[in-house]
Amino acid sequence: MDNLLLMLAPLFSSKLLLVLFFGTLFGLILGVLPGLGPTTGGALILPFTMTLDPLSAIVLLTSIYCAGTYGGAITAVLINTPGTPAAAATCLDGYPLAQKGEAGRALGMATVSSTAGGIFSVVILVFFAPILAQLAYEFGQPEYFALAIFGLTMLASIGEGSPIKNLIAGAFGILISTVGKDFMTSIDRFTFGINELTEGIGFIPVVVGLFAMSEMLTQSTLINQVFNRIALKAIKLPSKDDYKKTWKTILRSSGIGSFIGVLPAEGGTVASLIGYSEAKRFSKNPEEFGKGSIEGIAGAEAANNAATGGAMVPTLALGIPGSATTAVILTGLIIHGVRPGPDLFREQPDFLYGIFGAMLIANILFFIFGFFGAKIFARITLVPNKILWPMIFAVSVCGTYSLNQSIIDVWIMLFFGVLGFFMRRYGFSVVPVIIGLILGELVEGTLRQSLVIFDGNWLMFFTRPIALTFFILSLIALAFPLIRSRKLKKNYD
Amino acid sequence: MKNVQIQKRANKSLPFFFRDEFRVSLVIILISVALLITTFTFDVVPPILNRGIQPATFPKALLVLIIVMTLLIYYLATKNPWKVEKKLPRSFFLTLSSFVIFVVVSKTLDFFLAISALSIFVSYCWGEKRLFYLLLVGIIFPIIVFIFFETILGLRFPPGIITNIYYS
Repeated sequence: MDNLLLMLAPLFSSKLLLVLFFGTLFGLILGVLPGLGPTTGGALILPFTMTLDPLSAIVLLTSIYCAGTYGGAITAVLINTPGTPAAAATCLDGYPLAQKGEAGRALGMATVSSTAGGIFSVVILVFFAPILAQLAYEFGQPEYFALAIFGLTMLASIGEGSPIKNLIAGAFGILISTVGKDFMTSIDRFTFGINELTEGIGFIPVVVGLFAMSEMLTQSTLINQVFNRIALKAIKLPSKDDYKKTWKTILRSSGIGSFIGVLPAEGGTVASLIGYSEAKRFSKNPEEFGKGSIEGIAGAEAANNAATGGAMVPTLALGIPGSATTAVILTGLIIHGVRPGPDLFREQPDFLYGIFGAMLIANILFFIFGFFGAKIFARITLVPNKILWPMIFAVSVCGTYSLNQSIIDVWIMLFFGVLGFFMRRYGFSVVPVIIGLILGELVEGTLRQSLVIFDGNWLMFFTRPIALTFFILSLIALAFPLIRSRKLKKNYD
Repeated sequence: MKNVQIQKRANKSLPFFFRDEFRVSLVIILISVALLITTFTFDVVPPILNRGIQPATFPKALLVLIIVMTLLIYYLATKNPWKVEKKLPRSFFLTLSSFVIFVVVSKTLDFFLAISALSIFVSYCWGEKRLFYLLLVGIIFPIIVFIFFETILGLRFPPGIITNIYYS
């Protein structure tokens, strides 16, 4: 009960309320702008959080995460371009419904279902994160190693695109984490005589490069693209009939989104696709999907926002990010000297429940902003790319430079921008690189420490029941795409 | 769907060394092999100090894994070719070259000047010809960002022609 009261703390702090207000506003703007999103925005704002106390900093990042995920729906409905990848499924029915002159109804449903999904996932977060954290007390080094391996194999299983390409990208991310001085022996690895590399490759240059700079290069190939914009008069709250049609879909998608969010993968993107397809499968009118179905919008939007709270569960309880944006939040926690894990729940409940409460409020705030300001936010997309992207470049360069005051970081960012562009062009997702980079030290560290405990005997891993369970789950995760494609082929034949 | 199938057929008609799947796999394997060779140059910890495995073992294992998986995607691509990607437009190469210009200018002349030059160059190449907007993205906005970072974060930018004038 005390903990639940702690959730209300942000409501009584004018500073936190202000941070929440600006975080939600900034998140919405980022979500609306195609190519940007909460991950890039979070990475860019990370240096500024150094001027804040830890709670305000994480509240800022989480409010950007919640609002940014919703913001993508505005562009998806009005210009048929998802503001964030998580809103891709929203385009399928949002835009056709807007074309029928019902943009207000489409955005109303997107706003309500996003808020419902977001709030549902915060409830899941409040109840399940402490349980998971309690379980984590049973984890030693071998269990953490097995858990990290499970997380990485999940990228193959439920990530977007080719499972093997996702695994290559994940392994590449771990490889990047090995650059610099080896933390156990201080031996240089892949430094090529460059002094600046002995400290390793920073997370921010990689994230900003892979997301913002690669997107800038992508936008350079699309400068002649013309969007068909649909004018929005005002958002309409869903009618009684709409609620009747969609409440089961919203509930189902919220559950799906929260569950997918917990698994380390592309969180909202995958959740919205599954939420959408499940909505179609259970619908009484599946033929309406793709032509402006209100259930389609509800299914996709509830799921992608529900993934936000879900993704925070392993991030806070175990220190393992559930998505690319939570990897940025995790970096924020580490920068501010907060170590996620079970001890955090015992030692700093006020901090944790403050975050939970802030996420809850952020969901309500983006509902209000979205409902009354969608028309204004939609106008942000009118800023031409030839003005917008050079500005984003200036902020990215200064933001990346500011963390370590290192020009090498800026060059690393540009290198990863080019690399990210070609990765995306040839079907390699960049999200596994981020997850791999953040999990890399954990994977190698726990492996090596486990081998010290086991006196070099690898087979000892399989004598630990929890580790063995994670290894079996990893095998299932690896086999899942194969089973799924065979099943699809069978159905197709 | 139909377009993808046409693109895939077009890819299959190309000689294998022109296909994306071959070129991409080759690049990944070549880089991985080069890095794998580098791991053999890492210092070796004497057995008495070595706890668990050598520092080179883990990266070696990762690189072997990447090579094996790349061979696997190439093998799978021979059965199910990737779609042919559209040729990259001129604006892409101009933007890419602006990154190179940025690195050269920031290294030799000035960090702020590099941001300014890139912003104007990219904006112009992407079709912005109006002087006010070019000045906005190339001078006014970078100055705002510069001052913002300098005052809020207390950041000191690297020395250069313009930053030296500012700091002096």
